[in-house]
Amino acid sequence: MRAAVVVFPGSNCDRDMVLALRESGADVTTVWHKDAELPQDLDLVAIPGGFSFGDYLRCGAIAAQSPICRAVVEHASRGGYVLGVCNGFQVLTETGLVPGALMRNSGLKFLCKTVGLIVATENSAFTSSYAQGSEIQVPIAHHDGNYFVTDAELTMMLDEDRVAFRYSDNPNGSAGSIAGVLSSNRRVLGMMPHPERAIEAQMGSADGQALFRALVGQTIAA
Amino acid sequence: MKAIVTVMLKNGVLDPQGEAVKSALGGLGFSGVNGVRQGKVIELDLADGTDAAQVDDMCNRLLVNAVIESFTVDIL
Repeated sequence: MRAAVVVFPGSNCDRDMVLALRESGADVTTVWHKDAELPQDLDLVAIPGGFSFGDYLRCGAIAAQSPICRAVVEHASRGGYVLGVCNGFQVLTETGLVPGALMRNSGLKFLCKTVGLIVATENSAFTSSYAQGSEIQVPIAHHDGNYFVTDAELTMMLDEDRVAFRYSDNPNGSAGSIAGVLSSNRRVLGMMPHPERAIEAQMGSADGQALFRALVGQTIAA
Repeated sequence: MKAIVTVMLKNGVLDPQGEAVKSALGGLGFSGVNGVRQGKVIELDLADGTDAAQVDDMCNRLLVNAVIESFTVDIL
């Protein structure tokens, strides 16, 4: 499996993302925001956490208009896999690849802690190694993780089984306690928690590892 | 010419920052503040003759997230 991790000015989880994918067996490279094209024969693009462009205007708004993001949208429209974590999730909502928007946490505080996530569906390349309904421990680190969708969109996503993860104890006011959502073709996942920060026991949790292994394994099989 | 873009959260979208400001005003002893909504103002310095439709396009493509925000434009 060939994967690329996008680096923006202000990304700060890009190396962790590279490591998590590489440890799971992916062939990983990084691409710079000014690049207009992705490497050939790419299976996955990962958009890491951080504060792209200083969160100016809105979190992820300026990154979403960068040359590389046009290529990411084309990759997704061809059926390629895309994973956006934290700021990467914000970027994905700004590109429209996943619905909704991330707003300021309802408690207004930056939250940095490990939280429980309920695996809401195992029907995706990202979540197939988890048992549906099981709880995993994954860190969050964000100020703007309060997921907003209209009631109509929320109903649609629930009907289409597109909620990937829910918080077991909603920390930020997210609609439906949603922590991660899938695109309609289930190949794009945006999530606020950081699975790449939970890939070995010494990090406090290794529960994120199964996401990367499932993803890398499935795309090899494909 | 200048265009002043005012961006506000849509009605019905909770504004936690506005709520915090309201609470702080109450803490200062100001009574009768029934609600606070916080937005932002973006001032664009534009070449004379810039089409108003172009400003709308800027808003729709970058300055405003239509999922949660609405905007008004004043051309000066």
